[in-house]
Amino acid sequence: MSRRALIALVVLAIVACALPFVVSNYRTFQFTLVLVYAIALLGLNILTGYNGQISLGHGAFYALGAYCTAILMDRFGVPYWATIPVAGAVCLVVGFLFGLPALRLEGLYLALATFALGVATPQLLKYHLLEKWTGGVQGIVIMKPSPPFGLPLNPDQWLYFFTLAIAAVMFILGYNLIRGRIGRALVAIRDQHIAAEAMGIHNALYKSLAFGVSAMFTGVAGALGAVAVQFVAPDSFNIFLSIVFLVGIVVGGLASIPGALYGALFIQFVPNIADEISKAAPWAIFGVFMIGFVYLMPTGVAGAVRLITARRRAP
Amino acid sequence: MKALLVGVMATALSVPAIAQKKYDAGANDKEIKIGNTNPYSGPASAYGQIGKAIAAYFKMVNDQGGVNGRKIDFVSYDDSYSPPKTVEMARKLVEQDQVLFLFQTLGTPSNTAIHKYMNTMKVPQLNVATGATKWNDPKNFKWTMGWQPNYQTEGRIYAKHIMATRPNAKVGILYQNDDYGKDYLKGMEDGFGAQASKYIVAKVSYEVSDPTVDSQIVQLQASGADTFFNITTPKFAAQAIRKAYDIGWKPVQYLNNVSISVGSVLTPAGLDKSVGLITAAYLKEPTDARWANDKGLEPFRTFMKKYMPDANIADNFNIYGYTVGQTLTAALKQCGDDLTRENVMRQAANLKSLRLETLLPGIVITTTPSDYAPIEAVQLQRFNGKQWELFGDVMTSQ
Amino acid sequence: MDALLHQVLAGLATGGIYASLALALVMIYQATHLVNFAQGEMAMFTTYIGWSLVEAGMPYWAAFFLTVGAAFVLGVLIERVIIRPVEQAPVLAVVVVFIALLLILNSVTGWIYTYTIKTFPSPFPTQPLFGNRYLSSHELGAIGITLVVLALLYCFFRFTPLGLAMRAAAQNPESSRLVGIRVGWMLALGWGLAAAIGSIAGMMVAPIVYLDPNMMSGVLLYAFAAALVGGIDNPMGAVIGGFVVGVLENVLGAFVIGNELKLSVALVIIIGVLLVKPSGFFGRVQVTRV
Repeated sequence: MSRRALIALVVLAIVACALPFVVSNYRTFQFTLVLVYAIALLGLNILTGYNGQISLGHGAFYALGAYCTAILMDRFGVPYWATIPVAGAVCLVVGFLFGLPALRLEGLYLALATFALGVATPQLLKYHLLEKWTGGVQGIVIMKPSPPFGLPLNPDQWLYFFTLAIAAVMFILGYNLIRGRIGRALVAIRDQHIAAEAMGIHNALYKSLAFGVSAMFTGVAGALGAVAVQFVAPDSFNIFLSIVFLVGIVVGGLASIPGALYGALFIQFVPNIADEISKAAPWAIFGVFMIGFVYLMPTGVAGAVRLITARRRAP
Repeated sequence: MKALLVGVMATALSVPAIAQKKYDAGANDKEIKIGNTNPYSGPASAYGQIGKAIAAYFKMVNDQGGVNGRKIDFVSYDDSYSPPKTVEMARKLVEQDQVLFLFQTLGTPSNTAIHKYMNTMKVPQLNVATGATKWNDPKNFKWTMGWQPNYQTEGRIYAKHIMATRPNAKVGILYQNDDYGKDYLKGMEDGFGAQASKYIVAKVSYEVSDPTVDSQIVQLQASGADTFFNITTPKFAAQAIRKAYDIGWKPVQYLNNVSISVGSVLTPAGLDKSVGLITAAYLKEPTDARWANDKGLEPFRTFMKKYMPDANIADNFNIYGYTVGQTLTAALKQCGDDLTRENVMRQAANLKSLRLETLLPGIVITTTPSDYAPIEAVQLQRFNGKQWELFGDVMTSQ
Repeated sequence: MDALLHQVLAGLATGGIYASLALALVMIYQATHLVNFAQGEMAMFTTYIGWSLVEAGMPYWAAFFLTVGAAFVLGVLIERVIIRPVEQAPVLAVVVVFIALLLILNSVTGWIYTYTIKTFPSPFPTQPLFGNRYLSSHELGAIGITLVVLALLYCFFRFTPLGLAMRAAAQNPESSRLVGIRVGWMLALGWGLAAAIGSIAGMMVAPIVYLDPNMMSGVLLYAFAAALVGGIDNPMGAVIGGFVVGVLENVLGAFVIGNELKLSVALVIIIGVLLVKPSGFFGRVQVTRV
């Protein structure tokens, strides 16, 4: 990593750590959600941005992670921090399994298959045979975790730091993945999959792996989201969530790690801004913002940032 | 002389101080800040009309001088019917905007998501806009109160009516696959009790995202049911009523209270196709010919013309918003100058037979510290092709 | 048996709804190689325009054709003003613009017209054909109109030079320009035609499901599925796909797994079909050469 990027990272870390002590609890809660979405978007970006497999159904993995946590905490009394890796593992496996048949599908057809997954998710969660665990339409209420070891933090601040720590781990994981052999293989498959196969990259394995890893990231995000909001219900995980994730990675910047953070900021705060501007048609304002961002920055915020810094560096 | 002076002073000192003004966050001499979340976007945005109606109502109240001289500042945020968003907006209202209390937050899952939070923060979650039963639990959740007659009660009333009038009925049920639909369903099943499996021959669901319920109606006809409990929201209710008629299925039909509007459900379905529909109601229906000249509805009609000229008076949500706004205004008036959250809750739980003219005759609003269900009474009515005809007595959930 | 027949026929009726929107999706794909997520909302919005015309007193067919024309113009305008600037952007960015369009149209319609349902008139007689109780005359008529539009589309693409030019422009813009095809206008024309077809779909659907801003949201998924299952570049496939999806959905829901999982199972089956025939039943298999 370049010197500039390292400095930017250090500044970001300092700001992130200082945040909960400077702003109100409510804002801390909002930024916890930003971190959650950033992890989810990073997951989707691995699949769609770096590997070129379009997914319109990642809300399903987010829901799966959230419900894992909720069920483990509520029905089995598992402490919140132990549920996170379980949620990740479950989503890794399910994502990989979903990725296997998805191998046969390209572009539009994969989009439809994942779209179907996203649309079916609330219905599956409401299914009466699963009601014993999922709580059906009533959902599951989760207890708010309190800071351990008597740390002088309030629950919101503790949750923020917990999420921040996990986000840092996930981002480092993602960074290493992308920069390493696997990441290069994924990109090669995206750009020229025949050449990639010819060069010895096992396309099928890597594509399914991409699905699994991507699902894992989003599942961990879902688990953290459930703990932050303290409630899961089937209709919170409808197709609109999946669509918003896609919008997030495009606006943030495809195939970009910081893009996940920019995208998360966008999908968390812009709907609120839209609501302030117009109560009568808030979605319309949100849509206008989306179009505006895409016009001004077709490669996402990350792309625009790259352009600006590149221009600065060039003499 | 001295005695007189002492006497006067003693009297002056012993007169209780005039009720002092007491305020919690969000209330002061000039205004009362009230928070709300409603789905103004997303698939449930039709319900957002309630929020708009309430906002218009408070505007009228303010134009008429406010409550005890204080203007109402009604702050409403969009939550897209998504519980995580509701949590975020509720926290914003309580922690950032510092409202006195939340009023008419809409949706069962949305309210469930903030239920514990509101009670932990000791902020009233008043008159929530859902028909679920769980809001009437003052022992465990002292700060949460519902308003409308709950769905399970309505379902039970229909079941009891069926058992009393047609003991050999075969009931088919169409329900929306969410908390609203399932609550009604549970009410009916509980109403039949042990005989539920004898009465109910078919239970068929639909999703809000389905384009039509035609297939479901065909299924219900095929099940041999001769009684139909129609648990659908307005669009699907109209489809169901019309399709049942078109395929020649003529069951005794019970229509849930959410979709009883003559103007926005029965007319599109076809007035001739809606003959014989039975429902339980608590509000007057403004487009019903029976109330065309009702003096009690005049203030409402004037309100609609002046403050919501573009809205559709046939839309139930408008009269609903108006009536619940009036309920709150009455409670706030009772608070006088003590606008603490504790007192707001106390007065909301202290409405003694409040009569509002938009409610059906015989129905009043009553709350006590152990009874957090403001409206418990409904009356059955049957549609005769032109208007709803009340029959039977006003029934309460007892 | 009667119940099964009834469900199948009801399925054909809803299938007709999916088929008509699927045609619009195929149209836009043929012209631009993109799937327009906002197609349903555009259809819904133009149907509201038709409704306003009828409410203002215009006779049905006059309003119908005026609406189709207005929809065409709207489609062209959207292409020129909103889509043109992002033409060079990555595909997903264009998809985001479609999504934004969807949100804007849905929200603005709800704001202007409110969410109360409206009735939309039907040009067909109210009496069912031969007094049958399975399909109303309108449902039969709507299916008929869908087939007419299908036939027109088929002829347009197969037999007219303009249709050929449009397909060429979508498939290979560079070469098309070299032979003198105005690629830009082909795109605009494609959008206009797709919007027009969408408006016809909307006006046929509205009398069955009632007009409200969320009228098409449920239909879009099934239309999408129908178009892909039938082969995204084949209008006939899309229509057949629509009917298949409609019947499958109804029969599954009524007899096999119940309504609670109807959506999920129907979609699983669709995915299953795609796994077996990745380009849909009637689609042309995409061959990529190195």
